[in-house]
Amino acid sequence: MGVEFIYPEFEVIRNENRCIACRVCERQCANEVHFFNTEHSVMVSDESKCVNCQRCVSLCPTRALKIVKSDCTLRENSNWENDTIKEIYKQANSGGVLLSSMGNPRPMPVYWDKILINASQVTNPPLDPPREPMETRVFLGRKPEKIERDETDKLKCEIPPQIELSMPVMFSAMSYGSISYNAHASLARAATEIGILYNTGEGGLHEDFYRYGKNTVVQVASGRFGVYKDYLEAGAAIEIKMGQGAKPGIGGHLPGAKIIGDVSKTRMIPEGSDAISPAPHHDIYSIEDLRQLVFSLKEATEYKKPIMVKVAAVHNIAAIASGIARSGADIIAIDGFRGGTGAAPTRIRDNVGIPIELALAAVDQRLRDEGIRNNISLVIGGSVRSSADVVKAIALGADACYIATAALLALGCHLCRTCQSGKCNWGIATQNPELVKRLNPDIGSKRLVNLMNAWRHEIKEFMGGMGINSIEALRGNRLMLRGIGMTEKELEILGISHAGE
Amino acid sequence: MIIDAKGLDHRTLNEKIRESNDSITINGCCGQRFIAAGMSDCIIRVNGIPGNALGAYLNGAEITVGSNAQDAVGDTMNEGLIVIHGNIGDAAGYAMRGGRLFVKGNAGYRAGIHMKEYKNKIPVMVIGGVAGSFLGEYQAGGIIIVLGLNAKEKPLTGNFPCTGMHGGKVFLRGNCENIRFPDQISAKIATDEELEEISEYIKEYCFLFGGDPNDMMKTPFTLLTPDSKNPYKQMYVAN
Repeated sequence: MGVEFIYPEFEVIRNENRCIACRVCERQCANEVHFFNTEHSVMVSDESKCVNCQRCVSLCPTRALKIVKSDCTLRENSNWENDTIKEIYKQANSGGVLLSSMGNPRPMPVYWDKILINASQVTNPPLDPPREPMETRVFLGRKPEKIERDETDKLKCEIPPQIELSMPVMFSAMSYGSISYNAHASLARAATEIGILYNTGEGGLHEDFYRYGKNTVVQVASGRFGVYKDYLEAGAAIEIKMGQGAKPGIGGHLPGAKIIGDVSKTRMIPEGSDAISPAPHHDIYSIEDLRQLVFSLKEATEYKKPIMVKVAAVHNIAAIASGIARSGADIIAIDGFRGGTGAAPTRIRDNVGIPIELALAAVDQRLRDEGIRNNISLVIGGSVRSSADVVKAIALGADACYIATAALLALGCHLCRTCQSGKCNWGIATQNPELVKRLNPDIGSKRLVNLMNAWRHEIKEFMGGMGINSIEALRGNRLMLRGIGMTEKELEILGISHAGE
Repeated sequence: MIIDAKGLDHRTLNEKIRESNDSITINGCCGQRFIAAGMSDCIIRVNGIPGNALGAYLNGAEITVGSNAQDAVGDTMNEGLIVIHGNIGDAAGYAMRGGRLFVKGNAGYRAGIHMKEYKNKIPVMVIGGVAGSFLGEYQAGGIIIVLGLNAKEKPLTGNFPCTGMHGGKVFLRGNCENIRFPDQISAKIATDEELEEISEYIKEYCFLFGGDPNDMMKTPFTLLTPDSKNPYKQMYVAN
């Protein structure tokens, strides 16, 4: 110890008057914080192992537990914050790259919170969702540029393949391996019931979930895990993963310890072997190369499925999106820098990429300016936290939103940000069978359906308030948005006026 | 069934292949991409030069090309057989997870990158001539064999072979003293026992393109394997 000691971040506070030593906390904690002292017949804890996942707090039958942030801190310093100093200690102790989970927790600007939504007053009166039909359905895919007729003057009705969503939200990519079988089961069943899509992530599709194919986006990443004909055929759409908001420019890496049993089988790699998705696709060095992958997937699936291309929001995102729109892809998915991850180098997660709000506005504007907006649908993600964020995203120009962290929260995630440990006490980011069974897919899927139903209702309320009865009429309708507390430049990029204007 | 590929784009050509019966000859092929992408039950002979991504996601079909082929042959191939009676371009057999790919001549850059295997499903790539740089990069499984026939003074592979390799095997026919391998690779002369594993593929190569398998096996092979299947394990500290 000595110089290597780092004081624990959390304290476990046990109300001894309430604790009945039932040892539930001990059984529930995969981090082995709690244990029973037989000599004194009391529960004790080793707070150095606590990650503040709140599992013990939630299951303690007498509410005897709480976890608090330790007040044993280093001397206050606005430049050298406690976390910054401790990160230095960790690296000096180990020589390792700092590895974190979930989205960027740093106090960076959240533009959603600086945007306000309009409502109708007096003229153009608001609509009342319970008594007026409100359409939240969206179709994703390339739209025809013009109306065409055949030799007999009949309309040509063939259009490129489309995805139908009952509301403009999808569950974004989380691989089987990074999250559990029961988490995937919950997402797949909920997506099917709601009439939206979930996304396999890059770890292949478990054989049990092929039956949810109509509500599945299958992903093709640089490691191509689990990718073959049946997999491509199974999904409603195919997503090429070029990048991820939490770690732009970085590939994926699932440690061999998590490649066990069905995860190994689904990815088609041996147990215990690391699953490495290189940072680039080594056959893609240009838009032309991307076009080749897009069309190889279209050929393999006979042009029946829309092809999505997912990229991280980075500095030149508008130009990149324009290239993707010209690559033959049907849908572009952009992931902002606050997006979550099962594991990413801390420094990359916290310092690379740009906010999705700015990326979305810039891309939508660029595609409109170039007259190719209808060639491609636009899906955005990277911390969409509520129905209000969804409405703002649609008004900024998105066709639909991807959510993942919000979906995991619905499944029980308490955002302790230690997914990389594989010891998720909520049964989500783990492959330990004892932990996985804590997440009941019946309950999990129900909670996801609840969340989406609530959001859909709220979206309708927003739309009604604006006097809009179809989500399509909200898309790119930036007049419905106003900014507060932003600079001229920020407003210019977002393409919205300041509140009061 | 004979298909005249002249003037056909790749979409039309693939539609014609799908409509055809089991055995197909494509004449006049001139750069059409994605031929037989994802196909399973057919035998295809290509006369002319096929374009990029020949046999991508191939799922059991057999393709023979009478001449050279271009980039990304057998991309993410799952099952089947591809035989090229000439040279191939870059990124052949990218993420191949099953089936066999035989090339009579040379391969370009990045052959066999990220090949993988699962239990008894092991992809095999045999390159008769020499391979370009980055052979077997990120290789996670499968077998790559480079024979170096007619290589003259050329090394069997270009620069940086097997960088990031964490599974599978590469057999290079020769002692490879002129090739620099990355630190995480172990390179040694293959034993007779280890060569037993590839003898059937050498025989198949000779059956397809000619040559005496016994003669070929007389030259020692260098066997490359990764030191670790967890090359990134030590790099991180939880934060």
